[in-house]
Amino acid sequence: MTVPGPQQPVGRIRFMDQQRVNLDGFAVEDPDLGLVALRSPHDPGPGLVISDGRVVQMDGVAEQDFDSLDAYIARHGLDLAVAAEVMALPDTELARRAVRPDVPRAEVIRLCAGATPAKLARVLALLRPAELMMAMTKLRGRRTPSNQAHVTNRLDDPLLLAADSATAAAFGFREIETTVPVLADAPSNAVACLIGAAVGAQGVLIQCSVEEALELELGMRGLTSYAETVSLYGTEPVFTDGDDTPWSKAFLTSAYASRGMKMRVSSGAGAEVLMAGAEGKSMLYLEARCIALARAIGAQGVQNGGIDGASVAGSVPRGLRELMCENVMVMMRNLESCSGNDALMSESDMRRTSRTLPIVLAGSDFVFSGFGSIQRYDNMFGPSNFNAEDIDDFLAMQRDWGVDGGLRTVPAEEIAELRRYAAQACRAVYQHLGLADFTDDHLERAVDAAGSKDLGETDTLAVLSAAHAIREGGLTVVDIVAALDETGYEAEAEAIMEMTRARLSGDYLQTAAIFDEELRVLSLVTDPNDYAGPGTGYEPSPPRQAEIDDIRQARGVDDLRAEQASAAELLLAPAGPALAGQDPRDVVIGVSPAVGRDVWRSLSGLTVPEVLGELLAGLEEEGCAGRVVRFNDTVDLGRIGLAAARLAGSGIGIGLQGKGTALIHRRDLAPLANLELYSVAPAVTRGLYRLLGANAARHAKGATPDPARNPYNDEAIEARYHTTVIALMALERAWVRPGEPAEELSAEGLQ
Amino acid sequence: MTRAGERPPGGARALSGRPVGELTLEAVRRGEIRVPDLRIHPDSLERQARVAEEHGNPQLAENLRRAAELTALGDDEVLAIYEALRPGRSTAAQLAGLAASLDGRGLPRCAALLTEAAEIYTRRGLTA
Repeated sequence: MTVPGPQQPVGRIRFMDQQRVNLDGFAVEDPDLGLVALRSPHDPGPGLVISDGRVVQMDGVAEQDFDSLDAYIARHGLDLAVAAEVMALPDTELARRAVRPDVPRAEVIRLCAGATPAKLARVLALLRPAELMMAMTKLRGRRTPSNQAHVTNRLDDPLLLAADSATAAAFGFREIETTVPVLADAPSNAVACLIGAAVGAQGVLIQCSVEEALELELGMRGLTSYAETVSLYGTEPVFTDGDDTPWSKAFLTSAYASRGMKMRVSSGAGAEVLMAGAEGKSMLYLEARCIALARAIGAQGVQNGGIDGASVAGSVPRGLRELMCENVMVMMRNLESCSGNDALMSESDMRRTSRTLPIVLAGSDFVFSGFGSIQRYDNMFGPSNFNAEDIDDFLAMQRDWGVDGGLRTVPAEEIAELRRYAAQACRAVYQHLGLADFTDDHLERAVDAAGSKDLGETDTLAVLSAAHAIREGGLTVVDIVAALDETGYEAEAEAIMEMTRARLSGDYLQTAAIFDEELRVLSLVTDPNDYAGPGTGYEPSPPRQAEIDDIRQARGVDDLRAEQASAAELLLAPAGPALAGQDPRDVVIGVSPAVGRDVWRSLSGLTVPEVLGELLAGLEEEGCAGRVVRFNDTVDLGRIGLAAARLAGSGIGIGLQGKGTALIHRRDLAPLANLELYSVAPAVTRGLYRLLGANAARHAKGATPDPARNPYNDEAIEARYHTTVIALMALERAWVRPGEPAEELSAEGLQ
Repeated sequence: MTRAGERPPGGARALSGRPVGELTLEAVRRGEIRVPDLRIHPDSLERQARVAEEHGNPQLAENLRRAAELTALGDDEVLAIYEALRPGRSTAAQLAGLAASLDGRGLPRCAALLTEAAEIYTRRGLTA
């Protein structure tokens, strides 16, 4: 025994210490280091002084002291026509307007256009979690929520990338973001994802996240269609350390647009803290500066909510609330929100779910700025907060709450086909263009792989040389289209050309734009959020609702009937009316109405004949003779057991429902009483049924039984079996015939 | 010019002037599609700028108008200007010179961005 002492906590605490949440780091709030979420004593108070149409003081800083961020925001980021009005509003009043359904989104947007960073930081800090959710529901730009996937692997394997892109597109992700462990592989990754996505679904936007120049180059060639790596930081020194200024970022933003590429900037809490450059300011205030700057430079959207610094925010009090404030603030600035959740912020499944759930429920332009559609180990951005390990969990969450998180179930056979087709198309294009050759074995492995570890040894140099050939050869989307066409993938070639045409109108450069699968642009312009309280705003269409509801694990009575039928045997034939026994060693096993008809397998996996065999064997061991009688007028186990006992010569009966629940009854007891009960049917073993038979015999003989303990474990037995129980009971009830007498069943072949 | 958000007659054109509708798989098969056929036309960006203005985002509109100007420049030149704007790369005079050159070539908005950068960079020590 461990004796607790001053150095050794008691067992209860030692046990708690071992839980996974305690692998996380929790920081003491420290404003001087910037380790503070919503408000630091060093944050400036909101303020704005305008003179002759020019901002001369903002958030306590005079114009001559503006750093480069202040200067850019003051000159370009604020609507001075509304500034006086909004700055004069009490913080609580603006906060209430952000939340209240009866204040239109447009009004909040109009006001916030003139609010300084410190003003919005103060306002957001007032919102409680449920209010943040209300604000997000109302203020996001696009009515229809959506989602983005990470598609990467450790090897930059093109066939696996193509198969995984097709998979991600089929699951419903409308943006796919890839990146590389080896920078020079980037062009190959872009091509593989482009091909795969075109196989999986029409209209998916593709990003290859690498350094600016290469990323822009891939976009210019039409191989990728959006970018989100343009990073903003909340202090001038950290911004400069990032080798940019607001002006260089503004120019870059225009450069992407000039090549017809959708683009959003990236910011989020924790980056400045990690660089020891937070200047004592709160995370929310620094992010308020980033978001104001994002609007000022003309970016259409922002990826934030911590991003790489999410776990820094997660380490301080109110940190997760701060992350959601960031997303809502982006929406208040009338920008697209790509709402983080893309970095694993905790070792605890509960904490990481707690971080993400409010955003799933409220709905965002992109619920994740990178859901890891591949396994954690293959995520070259680092594990996301949700990964391939969690896709089924996410689908279940959508279904549980009836919300649209952008994903859908795809039948297993369809996934198999899409993966094969995508990998084949990718291989054909690489071969046709002389980029690389892949073996049949490699292709088969890529199709089946759950991750790159399933590929075996691959030739990573071949990927590098393919990427080199794409880049040096100046390959464009047209070369990929032509190669697809010439190798027999005309539909995919046509799909990519269609998308190329659709992009050229520029409609998808508007705020929060995605393409739907019919290549219609859904954006703040074409699909504006009109939430104004219950009964308004986005609601999944009936077909979309069906996609959300119909997860592949769902089972109905018909599925169960077929499953039960597959276990049917030529046993338990009716053998005439059940008669009262006279022998004092006669014990009756009463079974439920569907036994021997529709119900053949109990919840433990044992067939009903196997269970009966064990019960009969147990009776026999103790010198009793058992017989099987089906009761056709009730599904109630107590009544079946009691009726069996009343037929038995010994006065002892065993009741058995087809699902495996069993008890011992005696003729003089009340129906709901019993001598022994196995209530947890899924956990009952052969040995336990035999023991129940033996104990029934001991009761019959007047001997002392050794009662069996109900088996117990810590699994969610009810979650696992309740749906089956409901269906099994429906099968039982369908055979109930009131007033129909009990009948003997043949015990032949049961032992 | 067409009204904001309205499609120009015959649909959008690519930078090359080719109507977007002509960018078909058939045209690819005939080997007719070149990079300028894949690039967005400044008129499309101008049209989007007006849409952005009407939807409460004049800054996005300004960005799209700068972008419209930049369609006239080659990729290398665009990247060279970006490089010149990064911290510590250019003197104020170099930025001003670049601004003047862009202004002279019909890129006044980009020129204004560089002029302003020269002013602020000097004050904040971001020049070379």
